[in-house]
Amino acid sequence: MIHFVLLISRQGKVRLTKWYSPYSQKERTKVIRELGGVILSRGPKLCNFVDWRGFKVVYKRYASLYFCMCIDQDDNELEVLEIIHHFVEILDRYFGSVCELDLIFNFHKAYYILDELLLAGELQESSKKTVARLIAAQDSLVETAKEQASSISNIIAQATK
Amino acid sequence: MAMHGMRGLSIFISDVRNCHNKEQERSRVDKELGNIRNRFKKEKGLTPYDKKKYVWKMLYIYMLGYDVDFGHMEAVSLISAPKYPEKQVGYIVTSCLLNENHDFLRLAINTVRNDIIGRNETSQCLSLTLVGNIGGREFAESLAPDVQKLILSSSCRPLVRKKAALCLLRLFRKNPDVVNVEGWADRMAQLLDERDLGVLTASMSLLVSLVSNNHEAYWVCLPKCVKILERIARNQDVPQEYTYYGIPSPWLQVKTMRALQYFPTIEDPNTRRTLFEVLQRILMGTDVVKNVNKNNASHAVLFEALALVMHLDAEKEMLSQCVALLGKFIAVREPNIRYLGLENMTRMLIVADVQEIIKRHQAQIITSLKDPDISICRRALDLLYGMCDVTNAKDIVEELLQYLSSADFTMREELSLKAAILAEKFAPDLSWYVDVILQLIEKAGDFISDDIWFRVVQFVTNNDDLQPYAAAKAKEYLDKPAVHEKMVKVCAYILGEYSHLLARRPGCSPKEIFSIIHEKLPTVRTTTIPILLSAYAKILMHTQPPDQVLKNQIWAIFTKYESCIDAEIQQRAVEYFALSQKGAALMDILAEMPKFPERQSSLIKKAEDTEGDTAEQSAIKLRAQQQPSNALVVTDQRPANGAPPPVSVGHLSVVKAPNMNDTEDHNSTEQAPSQENGNISKVDPQPPSADLLSDLLGPLAIEAPPGAAVQYEHNAAPGLDGGPDAVDGLAIVPVAVETNTIQPIVNIAERFRALCLKDSGVLYEDPYIQIGIKAEWRAHHGRLVLFLGNKNTSPLISVQALILPPAHLKMELSLVPDAIPPRAQVQCPLEVVNLQPSRDIAVLDFSYKFGTDMVNVKLRLPAVLNKFLQPISVSAEEFFPQWRSLAGPPLKLQEVVRGVRPMALPEMANLLHSFGLMISQGLDPNPNNLVASTTFSSEKTHGMLCLVRIETDPADRTQLRMTLASGDPTLTFELKEFIKEQLVSIPTVHQAAPPALPAAPPTPQIPPNDPAALLAGLLS
Repeated sequence: MIHFVLLISRQGKVRLTKWYSPYSQKERTKVIRELGGVILSRGPKLCNFVDWRGFKVVYKRYASLYFCMCIDQDDNELEVLEIIHHFVEILDRYFGSVCELDLIFNFHKAYYILDELLLAGELQESSKKTVARLIAAQDSLVETAKEQASSISNIIAQATK
Repeated sequence: MAMHGMRGLSIFISDVRNCHNKEQERSRVDKELGNIRNRFKKEKGLTPYDKKKYVWKMLYIYMLGYDVDFGHMEAVSLISAPKYPEKQVGYIVTSCLLNENHDFLRLAINTVRNDIIGRNETSQCLSLTLVGNIGGREFAESLAPDVQKLILSSSCRPLVRKKAALCLLRLFRKNPDVVNVEGWADRMAQLLDERDLGVLTASMSLLVSLVSNNHEAYWVCLPKCVKILERIARNQDVPQEYTYYGIPSPWLQVKTMRALQYFPTIEDPNTRRTLFEVLQRILMGTDVVKNVNKNNASHAVLFEALALVMHLDAEKEMLSQCVALLGKFIAVREPNIRYLGLENMTRMLIVADVQEIIKRHQAQIITSLKDPDISICRRALDLLYGMCDVTNAKDIVEELLQYLSSADFTMREELSLKAAILAEKFAPDLSWYVDVILQLIEKAGDFISDDIWFRVVQFVTNNDDLQPYAAAKAKEYLDKPAVHEKMVKVCAYILGEYSHLLARRPGCSPKEIFSIIHEKLPTVRTTTIPILLSAYAKILMHTQPPDQVLKNQIWAIFTKYESCIDAEIQQRAVEYFALSQKGAALMDILAEMPKFPERQSSLIKKAEDTEGDTAEQSAIKLRAQQQPSNALVVTDQRPANGAPPPVSVGHLSVVKAPNMNDTEDHNSTEQAPSQENGNISKVDPQPPSADLLSDLLGPLAIEAPPGAAVQYEHNAAPGLDGGPDAVDGLAIVPVAVETNTIQPIVNIAERFRALCLKDSGVLYEDPYIQIGIKAEWRAHHGRLVLFLGNKNTSPLISVQALILPPAHLKMELSLVPDAIPPRAQVQCPLEVVNLQPSRDIAVLDFSYKFGTDMVNVKLRLPAVLNKFLQPISVSAEEFFPQWRSLAGPPLKLQEVVRGVRPMALPEMANLLHSFGLMISQGLDPNPNNLVASTTFSSEKTHGMLCLVRIETDPADRTQLRMTLASGDPTLTFELKEFIKEQLVSIPTVHQAAPPALPAAPPTPQIPPNDPAALLAGLLS
């Protein structure tokens, strides 16, 4: 299973973290610090897998961002590597050629998308189209709620004029 | 795309981004946190929008790495918001901020459940996602049936069902019992007929987990898995949106093949044939293409297929096909494929018949060993290590040696350890082994753990033929200008013992040997000097006829160190000096070291432990290392310490007799020469049972008996300066007392025993500090408070408390202040959660400084098994069915216990009662027997009923028969061992061994319809 997902920038800034195994706050900080050190220092033409504390970390760099997923020793590495790519493609489709800034200012969106992609540390949906559809449906739900709210406040505003 | 941005959030993020340095960022974040805190406090004016915004900001700040220790409540409360936008935020932020152990999560459990069983699809999705990501045991118990219903519900859409499937997977991981229910296997099989690939993929993940736990129950799923594989991989019958770079759902293919690997065989010939057809197609039909993603995906499938083929004992032809493929992979440039090729080839080693083919690739593998990518090196090293045997050991070890000097620093320890093991295991002759180890030390002295050189000393000592060779080699190495300190140690030791065997060779007179060694003395650390002094003493002894000049020279050195500040050096100097004036007696005392008892190499065990990381080790790992390292204490560490007779009592006696006081130790010092390096049982007054031994060497060994060990701290020294290896040393010896001059004024072992039975009292006390404990236990939770009281008028500084929990306890100690003011007491709460039954004991590593005195003690914490026992009274009507249903091992265990501390039955009943066992009077017809019941709480077992029956023999109070039953095999075993420990008298095992007959007490004849007879019948 995937124990956690980590997005770190080249400068070591954390852009997203998601933990599927229980880690305390302290452990989380430690993991990030330690793994950041290991992964950011790796050269460009090396393989995408790192041994780490009895686990394996599969990572891939996209522009300035490192996407990392920590898995068990005997999990299928390439499968996870392509889950990363699958995630990136979905982000790309949603944001329209995604860049780090999109993920910084819309980090909450990234979380929504990740929650449609992974669950319990396992791949939940392998169809990009389905994920896109679900996220769009969520967005429109939020929009509708907003409109309703504003129309109600309009009515109230009108009434109290 | 709807980007309903939140302005406040965006502005805050920009602000943080615009900060020029960490300082600025922190102050901006602090300001925001203050603001959020204030807004949350006066909740009234907060609109849902505001709340949402602040909660997101909190998450952002948390993500940046700042502590966010408030507002969790607000996040959780959003979960029950009526409108979707707030609810969504509440769910997501909660699942990011909290983990399954967080108390706040309990508050939400009802809302979450309502959302799951409610009709609103969006709420169902949100709640399933939360539970699937952070749900814990409590969730598992209360929600599993609801979630199971959703998976199968025909009225739910796929998006809900796939989430439910994965959610159930999470709950299963937290508590397997909730899914292992009647009929679930059939429903699981039914799920595999699902047409929606999202649901099917999720279900397959669930199945993988289920079969890995218990494949027996899921045989019905096997043919379905093969069908699925056939459908996707061969017929490519998959909707367009589920193909990934032209490959039909690679993830589903991988998962399906993973599930199949958990079934031991496939018996049905048709199914088997179909599967092999598909596998053959995958093996042969996967080409390397330009597109990286397509390549990765197809190879993910291919590697899984390889694993499945290996698992299924395919025909030889197919296996060699696999090896050929792997051989191709390990030769490619592409690093990922090469890495996986090496990894899978290592896995393949366990398949018979292919080793020979793999050996052909040796040269290729060695190329990968030298790859700049450390990940690949590691895999190559693993493979070389695995494929090594007598035929290729020489080549492989030489390659490893050669590579050592250029290898990445983080790999050198593992590399040298593996080389040492291979050299030992497959050495064609022992001189080669010595060569290898000496080369290892020369090339990577810093990375060589002490075990490695201890081991070579052991070999040399045990093999007479080897001794002259080793001595000559040692001289050769020591002759070199810059020698690593470890080399000095091993060479000085060997030369001290065996250089007289070289005496006739040129340049090997005692004088010359002495000067070669002595040249190094100014360059070594104090920990090495004792070894050199021993070597001098031995050289002196071997010099026949005595050489007056040499003698004076060596005496001068002894005299010089007589006033050395280091106690170990001082003692050796004084004693050697005195001994060397005794003439003949010297010969006896400093005679050659006797042979070591043959033992299995502890290096091999160590290799398993050091796997991977060498830097920091978790407490659990540290504990795990204690076991193997014990062997080292006995065998390997001795040569270093054993050499000088006066200290040869060794740590073992120290460890084994925790109450031994200083004077006793001195006494044994006097006798020591005769038993140097001797059998340990001589030191120990009585040979303890195996259990006892493991107990004493187990967690207990950590606890330093400061009273006894103070004088002998440097026994440990040679084992301790090994840098990364120091962990081992810690586990072995009472290192903590290295500088302790302060003695406890209570008997620590006694305090600990007392606290095992009561919940408050003093754990430790010395002239400066008193550590008290107060504990509260509720089910599997415990809350201990440590009271650290400074008894003095000046402060205690550098206070440090570290908990080393055993694997089965989760312990969190709140912050311990760095200093304790004069006459003050501080309280440090310690939270304990018991995960599963185990007798291991947590240790508190406590240190402080008073003036210049540094005190460090390791104290066992009374968070022991019996604290999680709750007496429960069970009536005969309840007892018998339970007792009967728990039939036989591993749930019911029986053992005849001997060496029991003789006590009257009521006394034994009291003892059991004090550990939380409820004695059921009159349940057993035999007045000599006791029946008791209790419940044990842990996260794994919850409150689990345990039944105990003890049959005593009035004729022989030192033995009894004990039967234990509970619903959990580990619990039964651990509780049995625990009670046994309490009953067996450790200090008085003097009496002769009890008769070999398992003397079960006679069962009286009772009419068969009597419940008591029934019990007796069941028990016997």
